[in-house]
Amino acid sequence: MAKAINDFKMNIPSKSVNEGFLRAVVSAFSALSDPTIEEINDIKTAVSEAVTNAIVHGYREKQGRIYIDAAILPDNVLRIKIKDKGEGIEDVKKAMEPLFTTAGDDRSGLGFTVMESFCDKVRVKSVKGKGTVVTLTKKITGKCE
Amino acid sequence: MQTAISDKTLTVYLQGEIDHHTAAAIRNQTDSRILRHSPEELILDFSGVSFMDSSGVGLVIGRYKLALSRNCRTVVTGLRERDKRILMLSGLQNKIEFR
Repeated sequence: MAKAINDFKMNIPSKSVNEGFLRAVVSAFSALSDPTIEEINDIKTAVSEAVTNAIVHGYREKQGRIYIDAAILPDNVLRIKIKDKGEGIEDVKKAMEPLFTTAGDDRSGLGFTVMESFCDKVRVKSVKGKGTVVTLTKKITGKCE
Repeated sequence: MQTAISDKTLTVYLQGEIDHHTAAAIRNQTDSRILRHSPEELILDFSGVSFMDSSGVGLVIGRYKLALSRNCRTVVTGLRERDKRILMLSGLQNKIEFR
């Protein structure tokens, strides 16, 4: 795996009030790589989706912790891992289908679709009963290009 | 969040960041106003929204369904381009009017 040029790790309770805080932290970290406003917004949106999934699906609104591991890799590639130790996903392929949701009510089922449309790569590793790791990768082209 | 009612049109002025956390309060307030005023048209005005993820889509879908069940049409206005892009992933543009 490529060696990180800069990185940070943190973990925080899976409270929905922390969704905005985590977006802000990751966007501040990615700002060190001089992204465009559009790129910052893409990252914020994708992180918000992954963190919401951890809270709603991983922990089913029960208390747990969300683990963030963010790194800037060579060539200005941002990699963000969002991990939970919750329920895990039975069928990752199915979960990633647009409009699929198990939460009902007001969930749109678009979380992974949004992540995929705003990142270069979305990888999901999940073990039933153990938890889920979502890895978002995005090259930051920056303001000078 | 502010709302205005005139001529059977209920306008909801959404503000700030819409995510899973903030959507719950917006949903409750909007639904109670729909039930109280029984409008014929519901306008969701996104002009004051600075951030939205797919929770915003769920918010619109849920209000559209409630409004439809009460013979009320739904209009979405003031969307930024990127938020329109997120809403369009759901195919909602076939059901509601974007102004």
